Amino acid sequence: MSREVEDLNRRLLRARDAMDRAYAEPLNVCAVAAVAYLSEAYFIRSFRATFGETPHRYLQRRRVERSMFLLRETNRSVTDICFEVGFMSLGTFSRTFREIVGESPSDYRVRHGPMVAPNCFQMVATRPVAAAGAAMRSSSFGEAVRGGGSLA
Amino acid sequence: MITRLNVISLKVLNQDEALDFYVNKLGLEVGQDFEQGPIRWLTVRVPGDPGLEIYLEEPGPPMTDEATTEQIRELMTKGAVGWLAFQSDDVRGLYETLMERGVSDFTQEPTEHFYGIDMGLRDPFGNAIRILQPAKADEEATA
Repeated sequence: MSREVEDLNRRLLRARDAMDRAYAEPLNVCAVAAVAYLSEAYFIRSFRATFGETPHRYLQRRRVERSMFLLRETNRSVTDICFEVGFMSLGTFSRTFREIVGESPSDYRVRHGPMVAPNCFQMVATRPVAAAGAAMRSSSFGEAVRGGGSLA
Repeated sequence: MITRLNVISLKVLNQDEALDFYVNKLGLEVGQDFEQGPIRWLTVRVPGDPGLEIYLEEPGPPMTDEATTEQIRELMTKGAVGWLAFQSDDVRGLYETLMERGVSDFTQEPTEHFYGIDMGLRDPFGNAIRILQPAKADEEATA
């Protein structure tokens, strides 16, 4: 029984890594599901059950994370960064960024200077975390509180 | 006072598979390999760096009971447990070699940063491995 779970976990992880490798390219869920040897529907359900969010949401988060790095560490325009990390429109990027991080890309850039830790640590250290008392979220990973809940 | 780090433990699902990956694919060398009661004491190390051993540990009794072991194994395969970082003198070359040897679980292809070139991959069990080729300090000084 547990061997099956381990095997499924490992395949889902492999599929997740495939998404990470090509994070800036359009997400082809069918192709990623195939990496895990699963049908698209079963892949999405299993991914969510195992990692706490759908593949699509996971990828959006990774793209936003990457954009946070670029906003801090480079002078590239918000628009350039938007397309570089794989979003198709500035509107979608700004909206998704704000949902996950809690402020707009430009505000984020203004408030954060460059960091000096290795890239992998920076990305983990700046991964969005749950705001206190945030009850209404679309994923269990923790995103900005909607409607300005009290953080005081 | 403590003089060095001697052994670290990396959890693996199967020690034979781990040996094949870490020695035949990644290029480490066997440290120690002998039976000690119910445990196989299997370590690997970086060639030329004999002081630090990596214990390839298979979770299970007597260290952990069956239920705990199952939990650990499930977490391992979700990529939530193990993480190692190595250095290399040629990350791009190593990347090609690893592919030739059949490694395909790369999380990040060789990428250049201000501190050097690094890449990410996974072993068969979900452990994350990062390999860094540090940027040479003297190149900057003579630029």
